[in-house]
Amino acid sequence: MLHLTIFLIFGAICVAGAVNLLVQRHPINSALSLIVVMASLAVEYLLLGAEFVAAVQVIIYAGAIMVLFVFVIMLLNAGEEERTKGSRVAMIFGIPGMLVGSGLVAWVLLEHSGTHSVAAGALPGPPKTIAWLLFHEFLLPFEVTSVLVLIAIMGAVVLAGHPDSGGPAKKEG
Amino acid sequence: MVAGGTPALHRKTALLSVGTFVLISIIKIVIALIVLLTAVAYTVWLERKVVGHIQNRWGPTRVGPFGLLQPLADGVKFIFKEDLTPPHVYKPLYIAAPMISLIFALTSIAVIPVGNWVTVGGIHTPLQITDVNMGLLIVLGITSMGVYGVALAGWSSNSKYSLLGSLRASAQMVSYEVSLGLSLIGVLIMAGSFSLRDIVDAQGGAYWHVIPRWNIFQGQIFGFFIYLTAAFAETNRIPFDLPEAETELVAGYHTEYSSMKFAMFFMAEYANMITVACLASLLFLGGWHGPLFGPAWLQAILPLFWFALRIFGFLFVYIWVRGTLPRFRYDQLMAFGWKFLLPLAIANLMITGLIVAWKS
Amino acid sequence: MVPLSYYLVLSGILFACGVTGFLIKRNIITIFMSIELMLNGVNLSFVAFAANWHALSGQVFVFFVMVVAAAEAAVGLAIIIAVYRTRETLNVDQVNLLKL
Repeated sequence: MLHLTIFLIFGAICVAGAVNLLVQRHPINSALSLIVVMASLAVEYLLLGAEFVAAVQVIIYAGAIMVLFVFVIMLLNAGEEERTKGSRVAMIFGIPGMLVGSGLVAWVLLEHSGTHSVAAGALPGPPKTIAWLLFHEFLLPFEVTSVLVLIAIMGAVVLAGHPDSGGPAKKEG
Repeated sequence: MVAGGTPALHRKTALLSVGTFVLISIIKIVIALIVLLTAVAYTVWLERKVVGHIQNRWGPTRVGPFGLLQPLADGVKFIFKEDLTPPHVYKPLYIAAPMISLIFALTSIAVIPVGNWVTVGGIHTPLQITDVNMGLLIVLGITSMGVYGVALAGWSSNSKYSLLGSLRASAQMVSYEVSLGLSLIGVLIMAGSFSLRDIVDAQGGAYWHVIPRWNIFQGQIFGFFIYLTAAFAETNRIPFDLPEAETELVAGYHTEYSSMKFAMFFMAEYANMITVACLASLLFLGGWHGPLFGPAWLQAILPLFWFALRIFGFLFVYIWVRGTLPRFRYDQLMAFGWKFLLPLAIANLMITGLIVAWKS
Repeated sequence: MVPLSYYLVLSGILFACGVTGFLIKRNIITIFMSIELMLNGVNLSFVAFAANWHALSGQVFVFFVMVVAAAEAAVGLAIIIAVYRTRETLNVDQVNLLKL
């Protein structure tokens, strides 16, 4: 019962944050609501027993990636979003269509995904076991992602570097 | 009050009823908060006094003996100052930013242990608000969230000095967090646990009864200096206090703040310093281990004393460096972080890993 | 005990919010944040399924998703800065020319 209550409270915070991301017009407010979503998701992970995932979620997602977003928003001095008129067909058919579709998906999930239920702290993920898995079963994906990150770093340096500082991104004319 | 005990005893007596657990937690939280806030106030006094003596001045002397009541006077002054809100700020975030800073600075003390298990009135409990497996990661997570307070303060103030300060702060804190995390992994490999209590327990005893088994004497000396440097940058202290460089940016991210809102930033900075000092003494300097002697009550008090002594020493180094070193230039700061500190941290990590693998 | 389907519905709602934001938002940074929201929704279902079937691989996948998200954020934000530098706008409707 306590488990369900905590799940519902933080699930509600999650959904409220996600909806707020859509409603807010200033990107910094959207970024802050996304941080709230990530923090409450970390609590949901803790409820499932995945304490290491929860800690990494806060450190990497909320503490590093979102700081990068906030940094770019501040750097580019992003102002309020300009609203553009969407097509009327999308308004007429899109919103009811979306409601029907999501109702259908929710009904299928609630009625036909079996009677499984998950206890609090169902699967503790101790760092040692996760590390063992990473370095044995998932060694190849692990190495591939490390190459991916290296490429991403180099790409970011080339893209964000100033065009005049000898990078390949020389502007013409 | 009896210190120590076996792990089996811990497990048996750790199962308290919910009411007792909540009561004990509340008592511990209140004590920790009072001690932390007092320590914050007196760190400010210590800094003014020490920097004064380094610069051949006296520091505060008027209020109380040796100026000891100065923090109280400062507090009263902060409360009675006018709380000014400039007209062009983005108000919700302008008000929230100092609170975010202070809340995250005060929260991280929750998982930091200050001593061994104690038994008071038949209840066996650790000297720590919560004993969690992920202690170190939780501290890292909470301190990494603290950057939002600084970033939002500068952005919402709508002033160029504030914005520059917070841009510098967020870039600097994200950059140095990498080195900080990597410098801690060496310690984690040696202890094999994320729990701060386990890490301290692994450092008990001494080689040949002389050299204590602290991590700094077990080959983590480079790790310690990387941690020290990165921690200076993380807490925005001289020589890395670019975010509030008063000669270039007025006061950096808190230029537009006054009264208690400014005091919150101030308290957050000093609380962060104390957290960093606690972590340094737990991870590298053996926590509360030290020589125990005398009657039983003295043996119970001594670990707390040794722990406090280490924190004091670390804070003294902080202030000493502030009185000695000039500020870095911004490009020097970034180059130092990425081109020197990070490779050094990775090298330290690899060598530690190789040694531990070779030993086992 | 919380039914597995509750977790899946929550993850679905987050994913749907991400998709909606991706489609209706006009600021390129907010669009990018919607992608992160989708990834978070997927992560929740990974962890929930891992707990349901007692397979830690689910939690390991979350780490891979996080690494990819971090790499994507670094490159994506660099692209945003490059776009802003040449076009001086963050509105995706105005970024409609292949070459300036």
